[in-house]
Amino acid sequence: MASLALWIILAPLMAALVTGLAGSHLGRRLTHMLTIAGVAVSCVLSFWVLLRVLGGARLDAPVYTWMVSGGIPFQIGFLVDPLSALLALVVTFVSLAVHIYSIGYMADDPGDIRFFSYISLFTFAMLLLVLANNFLQLFIGWEGVGLVSYLLIGFWFEKPTATAAALKAFLVNRIGDLGFILGIAMVLHYTGSLAYAAVFARVPDLVGTTVNLGFGWHVQVLTLMGLLLFVGAMGKSAQIPLHVWLPDSMEGPTPISALIHAATMVTAGVYLVARLSPLYIHAPVALSVILVIGSLTAFFMGILGVVATDIKRVIAYSTLSQLGYMMAGLGASAFAAGIFHLVTHAFFKALLFLAAGSVILAMHHEQDMRKMGGLRKYLPVTYATFLVGALALVAFPGFSGYFSKDALIDAVGQSPIAGAAFAYVLLLLSVFVTALYTFRMLFMVFHGTERMDAHTREHLHESPWVVTLPLVMLAVPALAVGWILFHPLLGGSFFASSLATPLGVNPLARFAHLTAWHFFLSAWDAPTFYLMLAGLGVAVYGYLWRPEWPARVAAGAGPLYRMLLQGYGFDALYLRLGAAGSVLLGRGLWKWGDERVIDGMAVNGTASRIGWLGSLVRKLQTGFLYQYAFTMVSALVVLVFWALVRY
Amino acid sequence: MIPASFWLSFLIWFPVASGLVLLALGSRAPSFARGFALVTSILAFALSVVVWIGFRDGTASMQFVERIAWIPLLHVNYHLGIDGISLPFLVLTTFSTVLVVLAGWRVIEYKQAAYFAAFLLMEGFMNGVFAALDGLLFYFFWEAMLIPMFIIIGVWGGPRRIYASFKFFLYTFLGSVLMLVALIYLGQRTGSYDLLTLQRTPLGLGTQIWLFIAFLLAFAVKVPMWPVHTWLPDAHVEAPTGGSVILAAIMLKMGAYGFLRLSLPITPDASRYFSGLMVALSLIAIVYIGFVALVQTDMKKLIAYSSIVHMGFVTLGFFALFFMAGASAIEAARMGVQGGIFQMISHGLVSAALFLCVGVLYDRLHSREISTYGGIARTMPVFGALFVFFAMANVGLPGTSGFVGEFQVILATWVANPWWSLFAALNLVIGAGFTLWLIKRVVFGPVLNEPVAKLVDVTMRERLFLFLLVVPVLLFGLWPSPILDVMRASVAHLVHQALATKIPRGLGP
Repeated sequence: MASLALWIILAPLMAALVTGLAGSHLGRRLTHMLTIAGVAVSCVLSFWVLLRVLGGARLDAPVYTWMVSGGIPFQIGFLVDPLSALLALVVTFVSLAVHIYSIGYMADDPGDIRFFSYISLFTFAMLLLVLANNFLQLFIGWEGVGLVSYLLIGFWFEKPTATAAALKAFLVNRIGDLGFILGIAMVLHYTGSLAYAAVFARVPDLVGTTVNLGFGWHVQVLTLMGLLLFVGAMGKSAQIPLHVWLPDSMEGPTPISALIHAATMVTAGVYLVARLSPLYIHAPVALSVILVIGSLTAFFMGILGVVATDIKRVIAYSTLSQLGYMMAGLGASAFAAGIFHLVTHAFFKALLFLAAGSVILAMHHEQDMRKMGGLRKYLPVTYATFLVGALALVAFPGFSGYFSKDALIDAVGQSPIAGAAFAYVLLLLSVFVTALYTFRMLFMVFHGTERMDAHTREHLHESPWVVTLPLVMLAVPALAVGWILFHPLLGGSFFASSLATPLGVNPLARFAHLTAWHFFLSAWDAPTFYLMLAGLGVAVYGYLWRPEWPARVAAGAGPLYRMLLQGYGFDALYLRLGAAGSVLLGRGLWKWGDERVIDGMAVNGTASRIGWLGSLVRKLQTGFLYQYAFTMVSALVVLVFWALVRY
Repeated sequence: MIPASFWLSFLIWFPVASGLVLLALGSRAPSFARGFALVTSILAFALSVVVWIGFRDGTASMQFVERIAWIPLLHVNYHLGIDGISLPFLVLTTFSTVLVVLAGWRVIEYKQAAYFAAFLLMEGFMNGVFAALDGLLFYFFWEAMLIPMFIIIGVWGGPRRIYASFKFFLYTFLGSVLMLVALIYLGQRTGSYDLLTLQRTPLGLGTQIWLFIAFLLAFAVKVPMWPVHTWLPDAHVEAPTGGSVILAAIMLKMGAYGFLRLSLPITPDASRYFSGLMVALSLIAIVYIGFVALVQTDMKKLIAYSSIVHMGFVTLGFFALFFMAGASAIEAARMGVQGGIFQMISHGLVSAALFLCVGVLYDRLHSREISTYGGIARTMPVFGALFVFFAMANVGLPGTSGFVGEFQVILATWVANPWWSLFAALNLVIGAGFTLWLIKRVVFGPVLNEPVAKLVDVTMRERLFLFLLVVPVLLFGLWPSPILDVMRASVAHLVHQALATKIPRGLGP
């Protein structure tokens, strides 16, 4: 199985390298075929590996020794277990759908060869991350996906907004990585290894150990470790307050919004926390922080989706909110529920993005929902699949999102972790918000009056099959995957060898004997169902029956509305404090510290002497090299002998 | 016992002799000069690779040793030898010289033969520094290498070249004179200039402190460490591309190499005494200079400041070793030193590449100002991709060599003090800030104006030297083991020396 796992990773890498280096010679068709073949091989192998894993196969093996430092071997190696095998399949499947879709979406773009090379490279890096058996490789993959994300957000590099968004994404992620790398340093220091298995084996011994941070400040080792690693997860998975890069990342082409900024890369932080569950169960304080930050992100980012008018930004805010849900689930130590929601979300959110891309194509790259409306009759396939995605997103009973999200919310309600009650309320409110923004988007785009101009309307037509096929490919799991995975993931023993069970109350205990069918039937018993209906009701009222009503509400809530439009002012604050502040500080240190104090005061005497020497030298400056050389060498010799003779 | 050989002498004197030959006949046959220089530099590189292959890992003892009495009266020997620490730098030197010859191939028109001769002379002297095991020989090469660099900046430099070359020369020369005094003191006191002997000689703390300060002034200027760094941006800005490459790739390594060869093993107790100061200066270099780099408007200055930041990691890795505590203290100390040395090598490759990239742009539009450029990814796609690649290496992206050293230093520093580790790791953000902001303004964005629109992409020659750098940056990023394995035993030995005390028993300081 080791070589299989290796090929899962290598196939997209090879495709990326060949098309990246020789793409212009290969041409478009061959580039498409090569990259799709690469990721298809990877997808098929992932499926096969998952089957083997279901049969009990496991793999935890090094590939090569990256370095030996301080007596510790740092290795590149693979871990194939239920968690990584499942995620590898999700990643390769969504990636395959996005590859196919991009043939259509990027058809008119002169840079599409570069684009295909990038998304294959991304798939490689993401798999490297998911299949790692150690922190080093995890970090390599982590930064690798960050790099490709940077390159793809700035794909249209002549657009200043795109390159600004790319830089912002990289820098905000780097703030997360700052915590992550310190967390890794801590892991190495306290466990003497970076391999998961060895680290997890040492974790129980560290319970109760404290680290002295100076100033009489003692912190539990596992708490600090968990928090530092979570800072990394906050960057990648865009949790408040490191969320600001994700909405701007929509500057990139829509297919990568689906692949990277919805389905896979942004969930890497969720994966990280789940993967480290054997560590986190011993760090309840860290779990509380994760729980609270996750639920805050779920609620407050969801609200921003209600006021956004750009279709991609609505979905981006929705992604932020759903990532918050996943984190909250993990924080409640319902690790399986968090991962379950990651999986269903990967399918339905990628579907929503790709369907939105199909709308954008039809609208000639118009993304403002205020200029859409009534599109369902022009784009029937897109509409139907978008509807499936939307229903999954609002957790309509029977759709995949229902199984994962409602189970997750239920688990948070059961959790004894501090802050769980607060988080539970926020998550419940978010159900209403989710339904509101989702149906608002659905109605503004596909229903109601047609608000586009006549020229656009004349050219409206359904997208070609390369675009609609991936929509159908993703709609099927968005419908079905909840039914299939509900019991094995939450009740069964599928994750027994991957995810730790909490030490105290298991918030998922009630799912042990619950089938998907029974959970489906109990939908009417949960408050979430009615909150969702309430959101639907408001959306129907405001966006179908009384379209003039939302504007009145917005006007009535003036300052609040403006604050929401500005995303609570995070961007403004960071620009002023982070960007402008850094430049100011840099300029101060340079002009004042370097030039005035060091050069001006300390080197001043010397400097004036240099000036004098300079005037002297102008007389000596004859332009003949050998004269310089001769003078220098003789001076050196004289100096050396003078020094020698003196002693 | 390792048999005496001529390998190291050849690596030193072959380039020097070739340089002299070029000087002698250069102006008569200018087209012959660059070919001759290229062949010489490639031969020297091949030779250094042979030395690498012949080098035995796993021992800290000196190899390829040559020892001849030079000035018997003063006990000065012509004593050469290399260990696992110096070997990578020999290869880096010969490799960089090949690049510099390629980079100057068409660009240098004025006194071409002399230009190449200067680089060959410098190559020999720099090899001499890395191979010298005698204090005075070390000093001889140390000063000798300044001369060609002084001339390179002063003759082929920019408009303020005279000011810059003198600032460079005086700054570094004043520092190193004190090193000479220290070495002579040691030689008089022990009757030997042999570095290995001096490393074993017991010294009182007071003596060690004075010696350490003398060494520090020489080495801190070269590294350069804050606050004696201000010569570097000026020197880089005025130096021709080749000069910047050698300055950044090799000369900046001399100071750090001096810490490894002289300060830590000869004055270990004083090194411990000053280690807090050294760590503080290193952290200031990383954070303070990082912010200064952010606001530079001149590309070369920006990369020069970036060099100071990266060298901060080097000195941090070296001097944090005195603060390691707990069961894994020795291991962490080794990791820090090893990380620092790896960072030196990686920085040699990456900064060379970045200066060459700026050179490529400068040759076209004769400006180093960031604001001259914008949107070159459209007109120079291959170059843009390479520039972004090297920028990512500068940012320390895993998979490039830039990651390996920083990673080890950050991991090791945690053991010494978590807060230092945090300060050092700030470079993850600040370094990405100044490097990628540069990229955003120069490479990306709309095509700025007519001159940028008319830019032509890299030529085959430019591609060649840039690709030659892509290979090691990527290779040692994906697989750093070859370099680390070579130096492991020597690093362990050095850490052992640094942590042992040399203060004689029963004697006060």
